[in-house]
Amino acid sequence: MSTTVSERKNSASNPFKPPPSAREIQRQFNNGCLIVLATLFALLAVGVLIFLLLYVILNGIRYLNLDFFTRLPTPNGEPGGGMGPAIQGTLILVGLASLIGIPLGLFTAIYLSEFGRGRLANAVRSLVDLLTGVPTIIFGLFAWVIIVVPQETFSGFSGGVALGIIMIPIVARTTEDVLRLVPREQREASLSLGATEARTTFRVVIPAALSGIVTGIVLAMARVAGETAPLLMTAFGTTFRNTSIFEPMDALTLRVYNFTLSPYQTQVNQAYTGALVLILLILIASFTVRWFTGGFKRKF
Amino acid sequence: MQQQVSVSQGHIFQRSLAWVTTRFGRKPTDLLFRGVTLLLVFIVIATVIGVAIVLVVYSWPTITTFGLSFLANPAFDPVHNIYGVVPAIFGTLYTSLFAMIFAIPIGLLAAIFAVDFCPRGLRTPLAFFTDLLAAIPSVIIGLFGFLLLAPWLQKTGEPWLQQHLGFLPFFQGQIQGVGMLAAGMVLTIMVLPLIIAVSREVMLTVPTAQREAMLALGATRWEVIRYAVLPFSRVGILGGIILALGRALGETMAVTMVIGNQASKPSLSLFQTGYTLSSVIANQFGEATPGLFLSAVIEAGLIVFIITLITNILARALISSMERRGARGVRV
Repeated sequence: MSTTVSERKNSASNPFKPPPSAREIQRQFNNGCLIVLATLFALLAVGVLIFLLLYVILNGIRYLNLDFFTRLPTPNGEPGGGMGPAIQGTLILVGLASLIGIPLGLFTAIYLSEFGRGRLANAVRSLVDLLTGVPTIIFGLFAWVIIVVPQETFSGFSGGVALGIIMIPIVARTTEDVLRLVPREQREASLSLGATEARTTFRVVIPAALSGIVTGIVLAMARVAGETAPLLMTAFGTTFRNTSIFEPMDALTLRVYNFTLSPYQTQVNQAYTGALVLILLILIASFTVRWFTGGFKRKF
Repeated sequence: MQQQVSVSQGHIFQRSLAWVTTRFGRKPTDLLFRGVTLLLVFIVIATVIGVAIVLVVYSWPTITTFGLSFLANPAFDPVHNIYGVVPAIFGTLYTSLFAMIFAIPIGLLAAIFAVDFCPRGLRTPLAFFTDLLAAIPSVIIGLFGFLLLAPWLQKTGEPWLQQHLGFLPFFQGQIQGVGMLAAGMVLTIMVLPLIIAVSREVMLTVPTAQREAMLALGATRWEVIRYAVLPFSRVGILGGIILALGRALGETMAVTMVIGNQASKPSLSLFQTGYTLSSVIANQFGEATPGLFLSAVIEAGLIVFIITLITNILARALISSMERRGARGVRV
């Protein structure tokens, strides 16, 4: 029985079925071409990424040691040294950016999902969406013009402001999306018990969506930690250890940029390691996000 | 008597509270909450408008001095104080066009693979990988381009192209490694994940019944995609492509690192060095002295800002028009 079925399917051995027409062959050929091309291009896209990651990781891991995280960069390509100030600077800059970006982003999201209606809400939503598409160097330019030029000095503060503005739409969008996932019944139950809107938002809605909100914040922090262009003209970079936010401040991305273009091989080697540390940061953030969203999707 | 007054003051306070409550239909704490939220929202709005205003105000000197000739002048010359952005606009458009020509077919087919042919177990890793590619900082792509791609192009890639395809205008001129070709390739890598992600999202919104109906009629997978999936998702995919174009037009770091940052004689050659609007900003802000120079750099930024705003508005309008036709949940 099973053999007859398979024979019937196989038209070549079925004497009652005419051989495939030229059109049929053409159709199958087109189909085959598509499958092969689609698979090939998907492999190409993934292949490029894996190649890029391996290139950075294999080159960077050779110079990854404790000194890299603690020491100052050595002048003019002497061996040794590290990116201590850059790592410290990135942490400070992301911290400053969070101070600006998280509250503004969070409250924008609360406005949009909890009580924003009508034209203003639509305008704010479009504005937030458009903000994500603006090249980040524009915000660097903005901070440069309003802070660096009048103060006549590059500063970590201006870098933090630029990164903070970049964070706003990322935090706002992800937070709005998860706040909307919280069932309306939960809000209504809270309000019907006499809780105020503020209490409902902060004690019921936000706790329910917390893992999603944390995801958005982590994503936004990872995004700005990888930004270079807006920092070029604001934080500027320095090879000295510096905790004052009103002086030029180094960042991991800036140091990687400068050392990549450096004529000294030792500095280029450190650029690889810096890039590796950046990739590790992004990977950790991505996995945190996966982990949180996994838990979040199970909840609703 | 004293007591009487304080009581009446209490009454006034309570009465005004009651008035506020009835007037706005909410409790005072809610009003405070709404007020604070609205205040922060207005700060966000003011920031965005502030960015636009600052760009216009600070580029005003060049706008009034050069007017539209800023867009038509090939020289960006601080020595003679003459500024124009023709090479920058050419570099921006040329590299972005190159990236789109390669990223669109590759991205679209990779998205078709992800939606239709990908084995179930590979779907999540594939999505994770493309998202990761999108999240890699541009300076790392620039490092890759500058330390590996450009030297390879100089030693192997470009000589090969010149030898075999040298009769085309694209592959003529001096071989330098860095230049339009390297910048275009780097941009291709950068916009690819965006095109894959948006196309995949949009194609996933095609109703399953529509695919199954085609399959039931005996259509091949290609025919299903050609006649059931693509017509439905065409507009959204176009939106994704324009979004990617906006990203390519505004990209700064990776391009700055591999494009050479020197204007050469304008030609179609992919081997020539050049610069883009964003790379002008990244390279020139350091020397920019207050006056026309500073203003010219900021006007370059203003042009990038306007171009990317237009592409983004267009892209989002296209994608949200998908939603009106019943496809839900695509937000990019």
